[in-house]
Amino acid sequence: MSTVMDSGEEIGAIATIRRGVHFSPELKEGVWGTLALAVVASVGQVIVPIAVQQTLDRGLGRSGGPDVSFTVWMGVVAAFGLLVTSYASYAMTRRLFTTSERGLASLRIKAFRHVHDLPLLTQNTERRGALVSRVTSDVDQVSQFLVFGGLLFVVSIGQVLIATIVMLFYSWQLALVVWLCFAPLFASLRFFQRKLSDAYSVVRRQVGVMLSAISEPVVGAAVVRSYAVEARTQARIDEAIATHQQASTRAQGFTAFSFSLGGVSAGLANAGVLIVGIWLGFAGDITAGEVLAFAFLVTLFVGPVQMGTQILTDAQNAIAGWRRVIGILDTPADLVDPGPAGQVLPRGPIDVRFEDVEFAYPGGPPVLRDVTLDIEAGRRVAIVGETGSGKSTFAKLLTRLMDPSQGAVLLDGVDVREIGEVSLRRSVVLVPQEGFLFDDTLRANVRYGRLDATDDDIRASADELGLTDWLDGLPRGLDTRVGQRGESLSAGERQLVALLRAHLADPDLLVLDEATSAVDPQLEMRIGRALERLMGGRTSVTIAHRLSTAEGADEVVVVDQGRVVQRGHHSVLAAETGSVYANLHRSWVSQQGPALGG
Amino acid sequence: MDDERADGRGSTRAGFGVLLVAIKREPWIFTLSTLGSVLFGALTVADAWVLGWSTDHVVLPAFESGEVGSGSLVAILGLFLGVAILRAVGIVARRLGAGIMQYRMQASTRRAVTRQYLSLPMEWHQRHPTGELLSNANSDVEAAWGPIAPLPMAVGTVAMMVIAVAQMLLADLVLAAVGLLVFPAVIAVNVIYQQRSQGWMTRAQQLRGEVSEIAHESFDGAMVVKTLGREPEETARFAAKAQELRDVNIRVGRIRAAFDPALAALPGLGVLFVLAVGVSRVLSGATDAGDVVTVAYLLTIVSFPIRSIGWLLGEFPRSVVGYRRVRSVLGATGEMPYGDRRAVRGDAGARLDVESLGYRYDPDQPLLEDLAFSVEPGRTVALVGATASGKSTLTTLLTRLVDPDRGAVAVDGVDLRELAPGELAATVSIVPQTAFLFDDTVRGNITLGADVSDADVWAALRTAQADGFVAALPSGLDTQLGERGTSLSGGQRQRISLARALVRRPRLLILDDATSAVDPEVEARILAGLRESGSGSTLVVVAYRKATIGLADEVLHLEGGRIVDRGTHAELLGRSPSYARLVNAYEQEEVAT
Repeated sequence: MSTVMDSGEEIGAIATIRRGVHFSPELKEGVWGTLALAVVASVGQVIVPIAVQQTLDRGLGRSGGPDVSFTVWMGVVAAFGLLVTSYASYAMTRRLFTTSERGLASLRIKAFRHVHDLPLLTQNTERRGALVSRVTSDVDQVSQFLVFGGLLFVVSIGQVLIATIVMLFYSWQLALVVWLCFAPLFASLRFFQRKLSDAYSVVRRQVGVMLSAISEPVVGAAVVRSYAVEARTQARIDEAIATHQQASTRAQGFTAFSFSLGGVSAGLANAGVLIVGIWLGFAGDITAGEVLAFAFLVTLFVGPVQMGTQILTDAQNAIAGWRRVIGILDTPADLVDPGPAGQVLPRGPIDVRFEDVEFAYPGGPPVLRDVTLDIEAGRRVAIVGETGSGKSTFAKLLTRLMDPSQGAVLLDGVDVREIGEVSLRRSVVLVPQEGFLFDDTLRANVRYGRLDATDDDIRASADELGLTDWLDGLPRGLDTRVGQRGESLSAGERQLVALLRAHLADPDLLVLDEATSAVDPQLEMRIGRALERLMGGRTSVTIAHRLSTAEGADEVVVVDQGRVVQRGHHSVLAAETGSVYANLHRSWVSQQGPALGG
Repeated sequence: MDDERADGRGSTRAGFGVLLVAIKREPWIFTLSTLGSVLFGALTVADAWVLGWSTDHVVLPAFESGEVGSGSLVAILGLFLGVAILRAVGIVARRLGAGIMQYRMQASTRRAVTRQYLSLPMEWHQRHPTGELLSNANSDVEAAWGPIAPLPMAVGTVAMMVIAVAQMLLADLVLAAVGLLVFPAVIAVNVIYQQRSQGWMTRAQQLRGEVSEIAHESFDGAMVVKTLGREPEETARFAAKAQELRDVNIRVGRIRAAFDPALAALPGLGVLFVLAVGVSRVLSGATDAGDVVTVAYLLTIVSFPIRSIGWLLGEFPRSVVGYRRVRSVLGATGEMPYGDRRAVRGDAGARLDVESLGYRYDPDQPLLEDLAFSVEPGRTVALVGATASGKSTLTTLLTRLVDPDRGAVAVDGVDLRELAPGELAATVSIVPQTAFLFDDTVRGNITLGADVSDADVWAALRTAQADGFVAALPSGLDTQLGERGTSLSGGQRQRISLARALVRRPRLLILDDATSAVDPEVEARILAGLRESGSGSTLVVVAYRKATIGLADEVLHLEGGRIVDRGTHAELLGRSPSYARLVNAYEQEEVAT
């Protein structure tokens, strides 16, 4: 199982563009029309100055007085050319903006979706800031390139070819000289592109690192403040900022250097043409006029070459960003949805079976071993064990947040890997340890469990959970804003929302991971009663930390060091003196004790 | 948005204002890169001169005489190469200089913005979503300093333009005047462009922030999204904003698509206009053809500089918007004022006094009202109350994450507001309800950079009952915990967070339900450890579990932000039915069933 996000850094530039276009097919829309416009626009950029030049030389500046009709005609031609060129350039840029933005928006959305499809483990290896930068600023980098680079590069290559043909027509020897002078540039281009590509990959990566560093004091503001570690936090941020700055400057250095090479080649070519031209002239192959005409042709060659190298150079930043977005899409979503072949679980309580299940994190020792377990439909099971015993892994395997390394988890006799995603999520709901809330109203957060739930449905759920008075006690009721990550509510209230959410989702298998921590006892008992009702008619598996939950369960499964060591009813297990469960229970009771005695 | 839709001229001025800030901050790099640009411009002209010189002095004589000296050939090679190399130097100086200047400005702005994040009060943070703040520090900063890249080129070419304009004026005043109409036209086109695009650019930057906000939140809640199978809805939520951004970007792009060619066409139109007027002037004998040619030629020469200035102006709207968004962070006020008093040091517990304390976040909803109590050095006080009774709010006041509206908190008789920065943290440590871990090693998370020996770190881990699992981690104290400690369970994170507080040997330790996710057996050992270590520190605990409450010398019972009763656990249990109901919930439940 791969748990590391594909950085995308190994993909070559051309492959990146090909993959990029594959993921954003919008980029291909009307590309030929746009290319035609690009050709018109770039040809026009040459024609207009030439028309003006002709007007000046032959019309106005003609020896023996201006040729008025020629001047007027050329003026009309130039004006018309100007109009056509400007319009072509406008239409081309407009089309490019439209297709690029469409393509990039769909790339952004696909990448976003894919992040959610990645296994939890992979999501956790990548920093949030870096993930965010991949779907935001990395994508933004591509836009400039697509509008001001991509097609113009193709046009530049076309111009270079045309200039070469014209040069060959004049003198194949001099054309060869020009190409020889540019050969080192073309040869070194690959090398520089690789250097640049590496340099810009570092830049894009550093943007992610920097964003993560910046997000720490934003998310952990309270801790940073109360421990007065502002200076240290700032030092870490400053370091990330400085590293990003260095990487950017370094990349810019390569860019500037690689761009300047074109000019040196041009100087060499100009000198070469004149020198070889003189030599050819001695042999009688060429006239002075032809050499001079050729010198002007060289500028037609040099222009697009420099344009092309500049685009190629500037493109590296965009391509580095593009790669990182593609890298997300290329990271396999290990937990593959069986798709249309996926089985649909029938409604009604679910029967659970673990068959020789083993689970290990990649490269780590197994955290669960030899687990074979049956949970009958409709039973309430509590899983108990010390922290690190592997009990939380149960919850993740049951809800298919992870797949077992060996063996299988079966729901109603069907391997979870063969159950359709929609059916699985419909039937199995996990209430995680820390119920995450979105920065929205209470209503929106609760409805996350069932999107079409009405206010009445929510009230009915609250009623059933015995939470109506809590809901009514909130000044703004369901319109209460919960704040970022739900931080305007207390930890206990956040759990109430998570429970309401789960109740609305109406699952057939309810998995609770330490959902009852950090709620005051009064509230907890209230929820406990509500959960009883909620669990009615469903199978439930609770990762319990409070043994009061275990006491109320139909069956307790005790996990120790990755193995199931005991199972049975609380009363039976607690009586097995010296057993893991008996020890846990004794400590729980003694914990309640001192205060009672006082 | 309407007030942001400033008129185009205002935004151009604002754009220059932003650049001026950068130039003032980095005058030397700016000068260097501009010189590079001027060198580049001058050598572009020199290139034409070298070609002319070579033609006149080497090529033509060679063809006429049929012989050429090797010295002449070397001269051609030397001249062309020399000019080319110098021009390359110019390019490197211009581009690298602009890059250095841009990245320096970016870095210093980012440092300033993040310093604000660290110094602005908690209330400010609660009002600003994480994604927005990330966007302020990232894409807004980038946008603000975007025009620095084309700046040296534009400034360098202004020099060229001034020379060309002077020559035009010398050639023929009337024709020059006609030609110079190009400039007001350029300004007009630019004003229209700025006016049209400013509003959309502002919207685009806002949307970038919102897109980043949704992505950040959604990835943060990935587990909930996954377990409830809400990927399609989350994608739809993200897609709606991404598509809005797309549409706005397309609008901006369409305006830009019209602006660039319009600007590029103006000099050409100017030339045609000069020719038209020129022909009639030549025919009427007012001027000669040569001057018309000169003016027209000079005008074509300035066409390229005008474009490069266009690129600069084209970046302005986005820059101004980004700069404004950054400024709004930099201009935010409300940093906590600090005094200059030092806190008492030593091992003895601190004395805590809370006097008629009042605090409200929402004006209609007081969170704490008229709270008063004292804790003698070394004593333990438990804060007990139902969910949302104000216990956690009280801990934020005790650690001065917020300042009270009324009343005061004093440690050892000193009002918290009079303490110098860092003094409070040296005395008081809090272990919050939700542990926050840094993307660092176990050691780094515990010491937070303080000079603490490994032995002390292990001792703290032992008291927090975390030594066992830390020792089992692949690299022990050097294990990287990942962003927010995702590789650990909730209970493990809480124990690291507890060790972080213990290692500081605080004179006042505040535990805000800090062991809620820890197994009871482990929690019992932690509590025993805290009692045994008997370091003499004063302890304030927010607790639900009786074992924790049992540690306290005094219990404060909170209800609706007020202290409704105080005394020992036994006293309260005896006289307060609501208190008994609260803490005895478990037993009552058992009796009932």
